Amino acid sequence: MSALLTVDAVSKRFRGLVAVDRLNFEVPAGGIYAVIGPNGAGKTTLFNMIAGVFAPDSGAISFAGERIDGLPPDRICRRGIGRTFQIVRPFPALSVEDNVIVGALLHRRHVVDARAHAHEVLRRLDLYDKRAQRASSLTLPDRKRLEVARALATDPKLLLLDEVMAGLRPTETDRIVAILKELNRETGLTILLIEHVMRAVMALASRILVLHHGAAIAQGTPGAVVRDPAVIHSYLGAEDVS
Amino acid sequence: MIARLIEGVPRRALLLLGVLLVALIVAPLIASDYLLTVLILILYFAYIGQAWNIMMGFAGQLSLGHALYVGLGAYAAASFYVHFGIGPWLGLMVAVPVAALAGAFIGFLAFRFRVAGVYFAILTIAVAEFARVGFDHWGWTSGSSGLFLPVAQYTHNDLWLLRGHPVMFYYVILAASVLAFILCRALLQSRVGYFWLAIREDEEAARSAGIDTFHYKMVAVVISAAMTSFAGVFYAFFYNNLFPEQVFHISRSIEIILGPIVGGIGTLFGPVLGAFVLTGLAETLTAALAAAGVDLPGAKQVFYGICLLLVIMALPDGIWPWLSKRIGLAERDK
Repeated sequence: MSALLTVDAVSKRFRGLVAVDRLNFEVPAGGIYAVIGPNGAGKTTLFNMIAGVFAPDSGAISFAGERIDGLPPDRICRRGIGRTFQIVRPFPALSVEDNVIVGALLHRRHVVDARAHAHEVLRRLDLYDKRAQRASSLTLPDRKRLEVARALATDPKLLLLDEVMAGLRPTETDRIVAILKELNRETGLTILLIEHVMRAVMALASRILVLHHGAAIAQGTPGAVVRDPAVIHSYLGAEDVS
Repeated sequence: MIARLIEGVPRRALLLLGVLLVALIVAPLIASDYLLTVLILILYFAYIGQAWNIMMGFAGQLSLGHALYVGLGAYAAASFYVHFGIGPWLGLMVAVPVAALAGAFIGFLAFRFRVAGVYFAILTIAVAEFARVGFDHWGWTSGSSGLFLPVAQYTHNDLWLLRGHPVMFYYVILAASVLAFILCRALLQSRVGYFWLAIREDEEAARSAGIDTFHYKMVAVVISAAMTSFAGVFYAFFYNNLFPEQVFHISRSIEIILGPIVGGIGTLFGPVLGAFVLTGLAETLTAALAAAGVDLPGAKQVFYGICLLLVIMALPDGIWPWLSKRIGLAERDK
């Protein structure tokens, strides 16, 4: 499989603090790739560089064979990278449906077409029945799925998910895991996720990257990564060895 | 086109709109001269409120300097008429681009250099103030001594030159208000309308959904400025005199935004309702005070202040969102 996203020797410093340190990895097309690591490991910084919130200090990020580092967020989204935010930010006063229509309008001229596409996405994410509600009236699990729906509606080739499972109950987590797996299988959507919930990571990811102090300390299949002594030491803790 | 415009609007709302429109069309037949000028003022504010609402209510950009576009439109058309005898409709060809350019200039400065929120509002005030001081000293438009349009007797109505009886002005501003209402409805239902609301709600989230926020904010400012300049042209030809201290003054900018705030920012009917409530009640108050022989300068401003206070305390979203739910006309949540 060829790489859809390539992160090549990317670094980012904040006032001398190295958030991401010469990081290399590749996300294969069609895969589900997870980035894990303790708080402050640089995961969200990495995401923000891929999504265009800020540019790397050095290194290169390529998507579908083209450099994207330094492009603004809207241009990156138009290239085919959709994202969610760690702290959800739906458009609060708009209805669930209108939230998703906004995303769908990115590659559609007419509202009618966008609405049809939005309905499709809403059905997939179990939000269709709530489409007339204001986004601000939704519960957290629903808002998390709405974030995914809005990003999906932009027809991304790569979906960046920033802790979509955080704060959810296990049943809600399993629900999102099932939805994401189905999406990946049926549409070939590539997913890159940051996640703390190991239950979700183990169920979803085909490959895992472990960040610690901005550097990769392990990379590989879920089975191999959780047995890696360095990972256990810095992140998972000794009790996870078994 | 029409089918799309009324899609999702409750039948009762359409009926009510129809009744209101008919009432406004026949109003000059029964209204006194005084009432007619009040109605003209109401429709004038309904029109500008609509234009301002595109920027603030739709795209979320607070302008406190809309008097700038009124003034530029007014001065452009009036001076072309006074100096070259060019009528107001042709004058619009100058007024609209001038105001649109001014809007684009402010927008570019603000949006390129990330001047947002209150700082953006201050920038809009500053440019309007610059214009006020500038026009005060600009000889070609007669500076602070004012620009006067020749006033003729109302022997006949000349629609092409906008010279004539108030009834003609009434229908002109009524047509403009109706068109502005329809335009705003169409904009809200279009791609750009959705993008504006997204920007208003959360600009960063809008960008990450692929929206070129700079571009769409510029579109909002330019459309709003261009629309507002027509109100300026109307103002110049209706009142026949222009003073920089009056048209560009910040109190004018504030007057413009009171209607939409009281009626309901971001709603289509809010600016219309706000204009009726505020201007209607304020003029009634003025008339009542005059009839009682009481001379209270500034009573209108105090009244505006009280209205604003009451609405902000009791109905922070404005009267229309509350009223429309009460009378069962609420549209799907936008």
